[in-house]
Amino acid sequence: MRYSSLSLFRQGLSGHQGWPQAWRSPALKPTYDAVVIGGGGHGLAAAYYLAKVHGIKNVAVLERGWLGGGNTGRNTTIVRSNYFFPQSVALFDFALRQYEQLSEELNYNIMLSQRGILNIGHTEHQMELMARNVNAMLVNGIDVELLDAQQVRHELPLANFSADARYPILGGFTQRRGGVARHDAVAWGYARAADAFGIDIVQNCEVTDFRVEGGRLVGLETSLGPVSAGTFGLSASGHNGVLARKAGFRLPLTSYALQAMVSEPIKPVLDTVAMSWATGMYVSQSDKGELVFGAGLDLYPSYAQRGNLNVAQGVVAGMLEIFPAFRGLKMLRQWAGIVDVPWDYSPILGPSPVQNLHLNAGWGTGGFKATPAGGYFLAHAMATGEHHPISRPFDLSRFSTGAFIDEAAGAGISH
Amino acid sequence: MLSIPCPWCGPRDEPEFLFGGEPAVRPVPAADVTDAAWADYLYFRDNDKGPHAEIWCHAAGCGQWFVMRRDTATHAILSVRKPGEPA
Ligand SMILES: Cc1cc2nc3c(=O)[nH]c(=O)nc-3n(C[C@H](O)[C@H](O)[C@H](O)COP(=O)(O)OP(=O)(O)OC[C@H]3O[C@@H](n4cnc5c(N)ncnc54)[C@H](O)[C@@H]3O)c2cc1C
Ligand SMILES: [Zn+2]
Repeated sequence: MRYSSLSLFRQGLSGHQGWPQAWRSPALKPTYDAVVIGGGGHGLAAAYYLAKVHGIKNVAVLERGWLGGGNTGRNTTIVRSNYFFPQSVALFDFALRQYEQLSEELNYNIMLSQRGILNIGHTEHQMELMARNVNAMLVNGIDVELLDAQQVRHELPLANFSADARYPILGGFTQRRGGVARHDAVAWGYARAADAFGIDIVQNCEVTDFRVEGGRLVGLETSLGPVSAGTFGLSASGHNGVLARKAGFRLPLTSYALQAMVSEPIKPVLDTVAMSWATGMYVSQSDKGELVFGAGLDLYPSYAQRGNLNVAQGVVAGMLEIFPAFRGLKMLRQWAGIVDVPWDYSPILGPSPVQNLHLNAGWGTGGFKATPAGGYFLAHAMATGEHHPISRPFDLSRFSTGAFIDEAAGAGISH
Repeated sequence: MLSIPCPWCGPRDEPEFLFGGEPAVRPVPAADVTDAAWADYLYFRDNDKGPHAEIWCHAAGCGQWFVMRRDTATHAILSVRKPGEPA
């Protein structure tokens, strides 16, 4: 069914009882042309692009839990492409351009809100670094603007501009095409569109082992039985390292808990995404009125999907430093997701050491914004066996050639 | 918050400690080490879900490094030992 104002009106007349399911819940078949491991946004997008771009429709997406129950439904929904290196800009701006037309393409409202993303500078040194980053981004064709203190004050009237502020605000920079999108809707939109191509999205199906014969992946063991395919994609954010070891190789990844939290809902007070490198915090206001904020990683390996209190306290302290007016707010929820982080903070895309198994891993703390790109390039690798030119620099081989794309140092804060 | 039993100081709060990676033995002699083996040592990780071997530093305490086995799925601390002590 096509979603439209007319279909909304019609369904309204019958009390919204007639909406069809957005996707089926099919049984796992024993064999497919292509199988994607992990039903997060990236895996679902890969399935969609396999059908749409490459005409491969005999595809399954295997998801251990429920759709979007991983990092897709846990992230703080920030989208942007203000990266430092040209390789990253090509990748992340590809994704942002897809996002800009995705609601129409998928006939599903992903609620993209390009409200801008503003990084605050607190010291002379930070302002110099920002000017350098802004110049690099402009050279790469990204729409960023350096702001002085007055301009930041205009955009963030609630920020702490008092004379005795511990972190004085000297300026900042913004990417106006950045913003937020509804994370669940991105996964659901891709799922519905993939299902419409006949693709099987199989939930509650955990991949437990890999059948590798002569260096070639031929099949998987799952909690719902074995499955074989001609080509496989690994897109199990957070758990890629665990699965790689079952397939017989290691990845340059460490899995950490990343936490976020929301306040009680309040009236509109913040109409952009605000980030502060010095305090590590970032915050936006959801459509429901909650302030959504988070910070850096809990800095030791974890698969526990919960963050620790000392990090949460640091986040809250940082936010209150920048926005003292939020002091009286109650926190509603706090949670964490498990993200797999490579040393250079750039994703690992393309072939793995095992033939027929392609990687979409290492998106770390910032892969929601790249969902269309991760899916698109994984589909490309699975369908053609080759890199797309945009994904090639992100090959696993960079860890032995040394051709890193060091965004940890380049663009600073993640997400 | 973790309560980490430093082998020198006893139990202390997590913020006093730094996670320092997985124990690994540097391949030698450097001239004979392939790029792949060097990359494996520097960057590739077991990243286990479950019991995991780790090195930690009591940075804001005695400053000593030690080896800890910890369950990454439950955060339970399984054992700690001083470097060089038998596992
Ligand atoms: C708190 C937090 C805030 C974040 N904020 C942002 C942000 O603002 N902007 C941004 O761009 N990024 C952000 N991120 C990062 C972003 O969420 C991830 O990079 C991205 O969601 C990863 O891709 P995915 O959506 O496909 O992952 P997921 O949704 O995690 O999908 C992976 C799926 O694989 C499944 N899986 C795992 N093991 C198996 C198995 N054995 N068999 C079958 N399935 C399996 C999991 O159940 C999961 O559903 C944030 C992350 C967190 C945790
Ligand atoms: Zn100590």
